[in-house]
Amino acid sequence: MRRVGTAIVALAALALLVVGAAMSSPRATPEAKSAPTKLTVWVGWSARELSVFKRVVAEYDKNNPNVTVDVVGSINDNKIVAAIRAGTAPDVVSSFNSYNVGVYCGTGGWINLAPLMAKDHISAGMFPAATQYYTQYNGVRCALPLLADTYGLYYNKTLFKAAGITSPPKTMSELAADAKKLTVRSSNGTVKVAGFDPVIGFYENVPERWITSFGGKWQDANGNSILSKDPAWTKWLTWQKSLVDWYGYNNLVRFQAGLGDEFSASNAFEAGKLAMNLDGEWRVAFIQAEHPNLNYGTAPMPVDDAHPELYGSGYINGTIIGIPKNGKHTAEAWALVKYLTTNSHALAELSNGLRNVPTTKASAVSPEIKPDAHFATFIKIFTNPKSTTSPITAAGVAYTNLVQHFATQWQAGQVKNLHSGLVSLDKQLDALVHQAKGPGVP
Amino acid sequence: MSQSSVAGERLPAAALTVDRRRARRKAAWRRRGLVALFMSPWLVGFTVFFLYPLVMSAYLSFNHYDLLAPPRWVGWANYHYLFRQDPQVWTAIKNTLWLIVVLVPLQIAFAFGLAVMLTRARMGAGVFRTVFYLPALAPPVAATLAFVYILNPVTGPVNVLLGHLGIQGPLWFQDPHWSKPSLVGLGLWGVGTIMIIFLAAVLDVPRQLYESAELDGANTFQRMRWVTLPTISPVILFAVVLGVIQGLQYFTQAYVAAGVAAGQASQAADVTAVNLGYPQDSTLFYPVLLYEHGFTDFQMGYASAMAMLLLAVSFAVTLVIILNSKRWVHVAGPAR
Repeated sequence: MRRVGTAIVALAALALLVVGAAMSSPRATPEAKSAPTKLTVWVGWSARELSVFKRVVAEYDKNNPNVTVDVVGSINDNKIVAAIRAGTAPDVVSSFNSYNVGVYCGTGGWINLAPLMAKDHISAGMFPAATQYYTQYNGVRCALPLLADTYGLYYNKTLFKAAGITSPPKTMSELAADAKKLTVRSSNGTVKVAGFDPVIGFYENVPERWITSFGGKWQDANGNSILSKDPAWTKWLTWQKSLVDWYGYNNLVRFQAGLGDEFSASNAFEAGKLAMNLDGEWRVAFIQAEHPNLNYGTAPMPVDDAHPELYGSGYINGTIIGIPKNGKHTAEAWALVKYLTTNSHALAELSNGLRNVPTTKASAVSPEIKPDAHFATFIKIFTNPKSTTSPITAAGVAYTNLVQHFATQWQAGQVKNLHSGLVSLDKQLDALVHQAKGPGVP
Repeated sequence: MSQSSVAGERLPAAALTVDRRRARRKAAWRRRGLVALFMSPWLVGFTVFFLYPLVMSAYLSFNHYDLLAPPRWVGWANYHYLFRQDPQVWTAIKNTLWLIVVLVPLQIAFAFGLAVMLTRARMGAGVFRTVFYLPALAPPVAATLAFVYILNPVTGPVNVLLGHLGIQGPLWFQDPHWSKPSLVGLGLWGVGTIMIIFLAAVLDVPRQLYESAELDGANTFQRMRWVTLPTISPVILFAVVLGVIQGLQYFTQAYVAAGVAAGQASQAADVTAVNLGYPQDSTLFYPVLLYEHGFTDFQMGYASAMAMLLLAVSFAVTLVIILNSKRWVHVAGPAR
């Protein structure tokens, strides 16, 4: 009898448990389903630019209730590498530095996006060739372009008119001649207004942005450096040094010491102390904000006199975005990366806000892009098939830094024999890449 | 007395001895445990912050390690690149040697000179002492920024003043011939800490030694040469060792000065590595290059090899100075 009673109590308890579970489950299940995945995105932008990015992400957030996106700004490559190493990397990372793609893809620090792209039928062909190149390394596409930086010539129309120049230079000879004509010196020979400052290291003047205009090549098919073998490098460096010497190297250094910071309202071009300048497309927005009355124009960089066909092209690099290894929400992270990098509306919004070049072929001609004659120059340079970028190697930014190091020695007269200097530089670059890969890696 | 009775008397004594030994050993272990317990904060700190990084650094120096992929053993490859292929390393070594050879003696001479002058001040010694010491309190970054702005070739007050005198001032931090001397100037300006140590040492020289020397007819220079300098020689040794080690580790001022003097962006907004050593590698010191390889090129294995070389050189140089010091450092105290 006691056993029967115990069994009845046990059955009743079980029944209550089942009913309770059944009653609670309808409430619990929707909660579990609707709990959005929290994604964290690290980007390099800060201040006003960060708010533009956040606005675009907020739109994505609104249309995708399954995720909430937290954006963190002011991130650089050191922070990205440290976080990946510590296993605390966010779901999505973005870097201003496309030069380090070799580091991220080569080490597996950022995951290969190719399988995800194939699954969603995203073809790399939707991006221009240069951006396709700087988002992969050795065939591993671990990044996608998120807006590009394109470089061209800014010229001051008021100073041009005063000097009797009617159009921007198209060849290096014209650039040198115009630079000399536009330069104003003090009685003691110091430079008051420079027609053009050719010093490597000044503002945006780095070798890779110049060599495009000479059609120069960096490496042969085996990945070996060929700076001493490609005559374009000798031609560019000789041209550059002759213009530096015309000014006097020390005169230019002294001139630069008196100029304002590049990213301030006292930027030399904006302040009228430079008649022409090599700069990125973002300067359009800076001028609009800081010196809206400046009478200026934009044009592609002049090219080597022997290669007029290169006119219209330019140098491209830009912001990249990817997914760090060991991420917990790869599917959601990929959906966000895909949206930001391939959706024409998102790219147009970012481009309008940041005044950087939108990175797909379709977005470059999107009607959503705010029309601006100054900015349009850079979109044309971006879509020009002859536009190039710098080599992506295992050494990352150290590769181009070494070339710049050589150029700064050269312009200061520290390199006695250019050809033997370039031969030595080739060896150093090859050794650098070999060292970055580590022995035994082809 | 039978043997058994003797043995019977000895047994308790032997047992007692064993017990005492055990108790003593136990007490000794307890003492050791207590000592270890008191030492444990230092032991943990030493192991975590010194021993482990040192051992790891030595290990990584034989590895290819880019911070993202696991370390890969490469034997002596990093050292081979360091001694045979790195195009900037010898420049960095030369710059570092230059700094040590020029800055350390100048700092010691300047600090000693200031200390001697302060001992002779009749009025306002406290004020002067404070004035000369104050720069040592300025953070290195702030002090360097101030120096770069003061020595700006166009807008800096030094060159503006020289301009009024009809002299075109040098390019200072923008000129490879003037950048290191400018850093030396910065080093001399912040010499307060060594000056205070010298001041204490000079004031500590027994007065009777000067009186004896004076009675022997020694003039001011001779008193300085034969009394002051030998007496404070241990302090000079300390200043030399400290200066040399600081010279081998010279980083902050060079890093900040190069970045500010270069004053431009490089290939990417957050990459400043290309400005390290500006102008023309003249401020590229060994620790700056080590930082560049480790933290901007992400070659931590190679940077570890550089760190190992720096450690070996620091150790060797310090050893040489200390061994050599026996010839010129006067140690006070009873004869041994």
